[in-house]
Amino acid sequence: MITFSINGKEVQGQEGWTILEVARWHGIEIPTLCHHGALEPYGACRLCVVEVNDGKRSRVVISCMYPIRTGINVQTDTPRVLNVRRWIVQLLLDESPESPKIRELAQTLGVTPSRFQKKGVDFACHLCGLCVRVCQEVVGVQALSFSNRGLRKEISSPFHTASKECLGCGTCIYICPTGAMEQVFLRVHG
Amino acid sequence: MSVTFSALENILERYPPSSEHLISALQDVQAKFNYIPPAAMTAVCEHLGVPVSRGWAVATFYKSFSLEPKGVHEIKVCLGTACHLKGGARLVESLERELKVERGHTTRDLRFSLDTVNCVGACALAPVVVVDEGYQANTNSRRLKKFLKNVTKE
Amino acid sequence: MVQVSTALKSNDFRLATPAALAAYRESILAERDPNRTIIIVCHGTGCRANNSPKVADALRRAVAAAGLNAQVIPEIKDTGCHGFCSRGPLVVFQPSGLFYQKVQPEDVEEIVQKTLIEGTPVERLLYADPETGEHVVHDRDIPFYKYQQRLVLSNIGKIDPVDLRDTIAAGGYQSLVKVLTSMTPDEVITMVEDSGLRGRGGGGFLTGRKWRMTAEHGRETPGPVYILANGDEGDPGAFMDRTLMEGDPHAVLEGMLIGAYAIGSSEGYIYVRAEYPLAVKTLRQAILSAREAGLLGENILGTGFSFDLKLNLGGGAFVCGESTALMASIEGKPGEPRAKYIHTVEKGLWGRPSNLNNVETWANVPLIIAKGADWYRDIGTEGSKGTKIFSLVGQVKNVGLVEVPMGVTIKDLVLRIGGGVPEGREFKAIQIGGPSGGCIPQAHWDLPIDFDSLWDAGAMMGSGGMIVMDNSTCMVDVAKYFLEFLIDESCGKCIPCRLGLQRMREVLKEFSAGRGSLEDLEELDSLARAIKDGSLCALGGSAPNPVLATLRYFRDEYEAHILHHKCPAAVCKELITYAINPELCNGCTACARECPQGAITGTKKEPHALNASLCIKCGICFEVCKFGAVTVA
Repeated sequence: MITFSINGKEVQGQEGWTILEVARWHGIEIPTLCHHGALEPYGACRLCVVEVNDGKRSRVVISCMYPIRTGINVQTDTPRVLNVRRWIVQLLLDESPESPKIRELAQTLGVTPSRFQKKGVDFACHLCGLCVRVCQEVVGVQALSFSNRGLRKEISSPFHTASKECLGCGTCIYICPTGAMEQVFLRVHG
Repeated sequence: MSVTFSALENILERYPPSSEHLISALQDVQAKFNYIPPAAMTAVCEHLGVPVSRGWAVATFYKSFSLEPKGVHEIKVCLGTACHLKGGARLVESLERELKVERGHTTRDLRFSLDTVNCVGACALAPVVVVDEGYQANTNSRRLKKFLKNVTKE
Repeated sequence: MVQVSTALKSNDFRLATPAALAAYRESILAERDPNRTIIIVCHGTGCRANNSPKVADALRRAVAAAGLNAQVIPEIKDTGCHGFCSRGPLVVFQPSGLFYQKVQPEDVEEIVQKTLIEGTPVERLLYADPETGEHVVHDRDIPFYKYQQRLVLSNIGKIDPVDLRDTIAAGGYQSLVKVLTSMTPDEVITMVEDSGLRGRGGGGFLTGRKWRMTAEHGRETPGPVYILANGDEGDPGAFMDRTLMEGDPHAVLEGMLIGAYAIGSSEGYIYVRAEYPLAVKTLRQAILSAREAGLLGENILGTGFSFDLKLNLGGGAFVCGESTALMASIEGKPGEPRAKYIHTVEKGLWGRPSNLNNVETWANVPLIIAKGADWYRDIGTEGSKGTKIFSLVGQVKNVGLVEVPMGVTIKDLVLRIGGGVPEGREFKAIQIGGPSGGCIPQAHWDLPIDFDSLWDAGAMMGSGGMIVMDNSTCMVDVAKYFLEFLIDESCGKCIPCRLGLQRMREVLKEFSAGRGSLEDLEELDSLARAIKDGSLCALGGSAPNPVLATLRYFRDEYEAHILHHKCPAAVCKELITYAINPELCNGCTACARECPQGAITGTKKEPHALNASLCIKCGICFEVCKFGAVTVA
């Protein structure tokens, strides 16, 4: 067992666990968007950031991937952490102001829309990749993937046409946190 | 199509069926056909034993792959820092107007493809435009216009 | 250019022992007459673009036609980049060092007649001192070269990069022999540690320490250990690695071989940008000829050590310069970085211990082995040892590639080697460290160039691109430029990088249009910290640097845009207007013919006028006017 602390409270976890896993085990809340217990962590949304001090230096890491180490001090709500989290939610809220999931997060963190808010957008894919991962890791096919990069990055099937691999099982729709997959699915499945 | 098919076979023969060769094989396809035809993508992925979605992810991620046919002449305007300071952006804009095509696309007559590159490492020649294999050094809109006219005549 | 020796052509040519390599070298040297003239024609990308292959061809023809006495027939050699790109094509006579610049094919006959036959220089092709106008005959006396210390670049411009014989004659692979025959792997690592060599790709991590960590992890579990060279030089304004790969590829190979021996690896990869076709070709040839000679492959030089290399081409993605993205790309995946909470020296390529160094780092290794750690430690500063290659570009007279000891000041680099900014311009800043670096203003130009000083000044060494900026450069525009570069190159995985950089650009766009408020500067700062803290890889983690660094030193320029709606450098389109000064315009009609909008009208030989309501501020009139009559304010 590895002993360390979260927010000053001593906690224990098994070798190979992540900070997020131990935190949730102890009922300590850390928000996430792209995390799912049944899937390998991906580390894209960055909402789960925490500050880790290993005695030498302090740095901001993502708790969903950071392996626990003996003696580290983890803080889940420092100003640095909250600054990252608030900006992520701010950016997401301005991208898709109508998304219930994002609005809920914004309310918790006290974030309101800015002057850069997009108008008339109801499509709210944040590229968390849960659909891509569940299709590969759980369903066992790879009907869809990320395509392009940067601002043009999206979830799609090859050549934006119906995928031969797609079973039509709908697991991707079920796991999608924002509902955006319903639209993407129409093209993937054909 | 049969010629195309044998050209593709030649490429596939070079690679053992393993996913690590995906990028190299697609680079060969790009070099041979000037773009990645969907049929070639499927064939490469099947040969290497990777899902087509992986080939799709790769081909759309890297800028050097094109999913639409490229023009006969490829124009690459360098937008590295040195070229930016010396008017690289002005060159792209004027080429867009001149060729009536947006950057990243090909003219309707398939004569020219206009792309930007984030530094070709020829900063001493700034601003530089690479047309096919040749470097147009210390160039400007007027000289480029003339040069492209000559290219078309050939 | 390809001069494969008869020995290399035969299939059974293989250097089976260190003694065979030594004997081979002796035989090459014995064939050479040290007094024979060698005419070297630079074939770097800059000189090539300016016709150097035609110059070399013309020289070969002219020499053949001149009917020279057998004793004076020169060898004509095509080499890699000499560095002085703004003066190309360059032609240098060895062993004298006679230096000709801006040589064109039509100059060749005169060169043969005067220099080869009569033994006198062609004055008009010599370098002229810009201050005194006096001609300088030899390369070593030209300030651009005089103040450099060319160690890693020492062979470039002297050897034919694709002729292995030339490399061997120059002492190539001697360091490999030294480690294979007289040093244990641990001794090699210790020597590299003692040298203080730090990674040249930007991170500045101690190379020896990285090697030791990889070697240790490699021993812990059975399986392959990988040696990787990063030649995915993506920083805009940088071409050090390109020059090395094109000009002295065997130095990179030899460094990797030494590293492989020290770390215990038998497989390696060189990852090189596809945008560098010549580097790809040269490396490919170098690998083939080294393999043929038995310097790569099984049982190298009969010592029992085996190592071989593959060449992987990058596909136009800057992010692949990041170690984990580079490894993903070699594995045939999109170049998305992954979290490095477990370092690549432990789990890298295919989950195995992997040692990645930049090609310039690798090229330093044979030097350290040959001359010793103490020799190396004597060069440079306390924390940064050795020399560093920089590409000096932008608004500076002598554009090119330079190598200087660590610790040289910015001022010395720009003034003594670079010759200062062009006449009538004013030095404003130097941008160091690529898109993640910073702009350092004139007030700080006594700053020594080393890893730590640059870091403290808000810039970073990066891979060594140095872009000189003068008063025609707008710092808000520069910050926006780098943001756009990084937005284009971001893999898009992390939200803070993908959406945060985009937001920063939106804010800067407002500034460059004269909108926004001072509070926005605070917002930018807070967003910048969120992006730095919240991004996975070095691209996102340092992406806000250009904005932060320009804000630090050029806040007044931001304020001029925001508060006074002015762009002091007259760059930002929304804040400038073009006009024609009737006193200077002589009615040549050049601008009117080129204006895509038809916004310029006038009669021939009469001053023209510009209709501002039609003007799209494309700047073409400004560019074509030879009389300075088009003004921008």
